[in-house]
Amino acid sequence: MKWKGTYRRIAAFMTMVLTTVLLAGCSDVVVLNPKGSIGQQQMDLILISTVLCLIVVVPVLVLTFWIAWRYRKRDKNQAAYQPNWDHSTKLETIWWGIPIIIIAVLAVITVQYTYKLEPSKPIEHEAEPIVIQVTSLDWKWMFLYPEQGIATVNYLKFPANRPVRFELTSDAPMNSFWIPQLGGQIYTMSGMAMKLNLIADEPGEYKGAGANFSGKDFGQMNFVATATSDADFEKWVADVKKSYPALTKEGYVELAKPGTSLVRSFSSFPKGLFNDIVMKYQVDGSGHHHGGGSEAASGAKEEGVKTASGAQGASDRDMSAMAGHDMSAKTDQGMTSHNHNG
Amino acid sequence: MKINSLSDFFVTGDPLIYGADVAIGLTMVAVVLVLTLFKRWGWLWREWLTTVDHKRIGIMYVIASLLMLFRGGMDALLMRTQLAMPNMEFLKPDHYNAIFTTHGVIMILFMAMPLMFGLFNLVVPLQIGARDVAFPFLNSLSFWLFFMGAMLFNLSFVIGGSPDAGWLSYPPLSEKMFSPGVGQDFYIWGIQISGIGSLMTGINFIVTILKMRAPGMKLMKMPMFSWSVLSSCLTIILAFPILTVTLALLFIDRYFGAHFFTLDGGGNPMMYINLIWMWGHPEVYIVILPAFGIFSEVVATFSRKKLFGYKSMVFALMSISLFSFFTWAHHFFTMGSGADVNAFFALTTMLIAIPTGVKVFNWLFTMFRGKITFESPMLWTMGFIPCFVVGGMTGVLLSVAPADFQFHNSYFLIAHFHQVLIGGVAFGYFSGLYYWWPKVFGFKLNEKIGRYAFWFWNIGFYVCFMPQYVLGLMGMTRRVSTYGWDSGWWEWNFVSTIGGFLMGIGFLFQVWQILHSIKFMERVSGDPWNARTLEWSIPSPAPAYNFATIPHVRERDDWWATKERKAQGLPEEPRAPLEPIHMPKNSGIPIIMSACWFVAGFGLVFDWLWLAIPGFIGIAASMLAHSFNYNTDYYIPVDEIERTEAAAGRVV
Repeated sequence: MKWKGTYRRIAAFMTMVLTTVLLAGCSDVVVLNPKGSIGQQQMDLILISTVLCLIVVVPVLVLTFWIAWRYRKRDKNQAAYQPNWDHSTKLETIWWGIPIIIIAVLAVITVQYTYKLEPSKPIEHEAEPIVIQVTSLDWKWMFLYPEQGIATVNYLKFPANRPVRFELTSDAPMNSFWIPQLGGQIYTMSGMAMKLNLIADEPGEYKGAGANFSGKDFGQMNFVATATSDADFEKWVADVKKSYPALTKEGYVELAKPGTSLVRSFSSFPKGLFNDIVMKYQVDGSGHHHGGGSEAASGAKEEGVKTASGAQGASDRDMSAMAGHDMSAKTDQGMTSHNHNG
Repeated sequence: MKINSLSDFFVTGDPLIYGADVAIGLTMVAVVLVLTLFKRWGWLWREWLTTVDHKRIGIMYVIASLLMLFRGGMDALLMRTQLAMPNMEFLKPDHYNAIFTTHGVIMILFMAMPLMFGLFNLVVPLQIGARDVAFPFLNSLSFWLFFMGAMLFNLSFVIGGSPDAGWLSYPPLSEKMFSPGVGQDFYIWGIQISGIGSLMTGINFIVTILKMRAPGMKLMKMPMFSWSVLSSCLTIILAFPILTVTLALLFIDRYFGAHFFTLDGGGNPMMYINLIWMWGHPEVYIVILPAFGIFSEVVATFSRKKLFGYKSMVFALMSISLFSFFTWAHHFFTMGSGADVNAFFALTTMLIAIPTGVKVFNWLFTMFRGKITFESPMLWTMGFIPCFVVGGMTGVLLSVAPADFQFHNSYFLIAHFHQVLIGGVAFGYFSGLYYWWPKVFGFKLNEKIGRYAFWFWNIGFYVCFMPQYVLGLMGMTRRVSTYGWDSGWWEWNFVSTIGGFLMGIGFLFQVWQILHSIKFMERVSGDPWNARTLEWSIPSPAPAYNFATIPHVRERDDWWATKERKAQGLPEEPRAPLEPIHMPKNSGIPIIMSACWFVAGFGLVFDWLWLAIPGFIGIAASMLAHSFNYNTDYYIPVDEIERTEAAAGRVV
C-alpha cells in the first residue's frame, strides 16, 4: 500500500511537470497554435489521426509490458507455459482486423481532407483574395504584390481575414515556403508556378521559414509574415510606394545572386517579373536557356550601388537579429557558368 | 578538375579536420607497424583479404560497419553540439551542411547496409543448412566493392571536400552549377561502387535461399530470419538498379553537361526526386525487414516458445516488400502533385502500417504464455517494441497528406525516422549481433556491461529524439545550422543534445564490452541460448565447412525438435557417412578488382582520365583473369573433417 502511494505521488508530479511545460510552451508550439482556417483544419487532422492511432498504440504498449512481466521466467509461480501454441485463427483475425478498421477510418478522413485542403484550391470567403508572388532565391525570399505594384524581401504583410493566394516559384535550387501558424508548406520550384492559399484569422506576426535545404545559407531564409487590418495594409502599401526605391531588372539580377539579405522594400518592380522568372526555365520560354548567367554579370555592375543603398533605407523593423549579414553577393558559386569545363 | 595548389586537393582550414587528419594518419601508421612487427601481412592476406568464406566476410562487414557507426556517430555528436545552444559558432554553415550529408549517407549506406549484409553472411547459410552462399567469389567481390566505395566516400573528408547537398543530394543543388566541387562526385562514385556490391549480394542471397536449403526445409519450414532476408533481397534487386541509373544520370549531367536534372535546358529536378525515392523508400524497408526477422528469432528463443502466427509473418514480410514500391511520393506530398496523387500515396503508405502492426501482435503473442528471460538480445527486442510502435504511429501521422504539409522538413520528421531507424534497425541489428555473437566467435559478450550499454542507448534515444518531435511542432526545420534565442527552441535542443551524448556513452560501453569479453573470454557450447534453429546445432564458431553432414530437416524449428526428441529418449537420426566436402578456393581477384574500381572512381571524381582509364583496364583484366581461372575449388578430406569435429568435442 505504501508503494502504491509513492507511485501515485510520482505520477501526479510527472503530470504537473508535463502540464507546466506544455502550457508554458504552448504559444511556441506553432503548429498546434494556428491562426488561420487552413492551419486550424490541419491541426484538427493531426489531432484526429493521433487519437485514432492511440486507440491501438496505448493498448499495445500496456500489453507489451504486461506480457513481459507476467510471463517472465520465475522459480516459483510460473505463469501458464504453452511452448507449442503458435496459431489461433480467431486471435489473428482480430489483430489483422483492428488495424484494418482503424486505417480504413483514417483513410476516409485523409482522402476527404486531401481534397479539402489541396493547397491550390481557393479558400471560400466573402473577401477577394490578395495575390502575392513568392520567389525563393539563394538565400532570401522575394515577395511581389502584382495588384499593389510593390515588392519586398524577407518580410511580407497582408490583411487579416482575407484569403491570400500565394503563387510560388524559385530562381535557385528548390526551397519550401512555410508559415506554420497559417498552414502547411509547398515547394518552390523553378520553371513552375505553384499555388498555396492561406488565410490569417487575426492580425499578428507569424514566423515563416524556408523549410527545404537549398545550400549554404538556407538557414537564414526566415521571414515574418504580418497580418494587419485593411487600413494598416493600405497605409503600409502607400508608405512603401512613397519611401522606397524601385526594383529594376538589373536590381533583381543583383538581388538574385547568392547571398543573404536584410529585409527590404521596393516601390515598384518590372512588369511581368514573376512570369519571366518562371518562363526562364522552360525550354520553349523566353529564351534564357542557360540561366541568364552572363547577363546577370554585366547588369550587376551598373546597378549594384543603387540596390545596396536601397537596402539601407529599407529597414522598417528591428533588424538586430540579422546584423552582420551584409548584402555582398557571393560569386564563387559558379553562377556565371554552368558548364562542366568552366 | 585542375589542381593549382595543395589546398585545392587537401581539405584545409579547419582545426577539427586537421585533428582528424592526424588521428587517421597515426592509426594507419600503427596498423602497418603492428602488422609488420608481428609478421602478420601474409596471414592477413591469406586468411582474410582473399577469403571467400561467408563467415569471415560477415565478420569483415561487421567490423567495417562498426567503424562507420563511429564515424557517423561522431558526425551526429558534432551536429548536436552545434545545435545545443542558440547562435553557436562551433561549425560554420557549409561545414554543418557537409556533416549532415555525410552522417545520413554513412549511417544508411555504409553502416546499416553492411551491418545487415554482415548478419546475412554470418547467419543465413548456417540457418538453412548450407556450406556457403551460392556464389562465394561474388560474395567476396560484393564486400570489397562495398568497402572500396565506403573508403572512396570517406576520402572526401581529407581530400577534395565532403559532399554537402543532403544525403539524397537533390538537384539542382547537387548539379555542377551549384556544387562545383568534387564532393558530389565522391558521393556519386562512393555510392555507385558500393551499390554494385549491394545488388550482387541481393542476387547471391536470393539464390542461396531458394536453391541451397538443406533437404526437407520447405520454404514454409524456413526460419523467419531467412524469410526476412529473402524479402529484403527481393526488394534490393528491384530497387538498387533505380539508384544506379539515377546517380548515373546525375553523373552524366555533371560530367558531360547533360540536362536530365538541371534547372535549365529542359532538365527536371523533380524527376530525380521521384527516382531517388523510388529507390529510397524501398531502401528503408530493405534495412528494417531483416530486423523484423531478427526479432522473430530472438522472441521465440527467449520466450522458449514457437513463433506465433508464422504464416501471417511470412505474408506480412512479403506484402511489406511489395507495398514498399508504391509509397515513394509520400516523401514529397508538398511538391504540389495534386489531391489525386497525394491521396493515392497517403493510402498506400497507411496500408503498410497494417502488416507491420500485425507483426507486433505476433511477437507479443509469442511471448504470451512463454517463459521469458531477458538476456541482451531479448533486452534490445524489448527496447525495440515500444520504440517502434511509437515511431510507427508518427509514421502514420506523417502519411496523412494534408497534415504532412505541417510536418514535412521539420524536426518532427527527423524524430520519426530516427525513431524507426534507431529503435527499429539499429536496436534490431544490435539484438542480432548479441544473439549470434557466440555462434560467430565461440564466446559470449559480457552481460553486465551490455546492460549499461542498453540503458544508455535506450534512455539516450528518448532524451534525444522526443524533444525533436516538439521542436518540429514548434516550426524548427531540419538542416538549419543554428537558431536564435528568440525562437524558443534552445531548451529542447539542449535536452536533445544530452540524449545524443548518452547514446554516445552507450556506444563506448559496447566497445568496452567487446574488448572486455575478448580479454576474459568465456567459451560457450554450440547452443548457448537453448535456441531453435539449425545454426545452433553445430559448434561455435562453426568449422569452415559448417556442417560435417548436411542435416535432414523435418520441422519448422528443427533443432528444437531434435532436442525434444532427445529429451524424450527417442533415438537420434542416423547420420550419413562423412564424405569429402567440396569447397571454394580463396581468391585475390575481388580485392584487386575492387581496388581498381577505387582507382577508376577516384580518377573520375577529379576528372583525371589518366587515372580512371588504367583503373577500368584493371577491372577488365581482373574479370578476364577470373574467367580463365579454373582452379577455383578443392575438397576437404574426410580425416580432416573428423579431426576438426573431434576438436570441437563432437563424435562423428
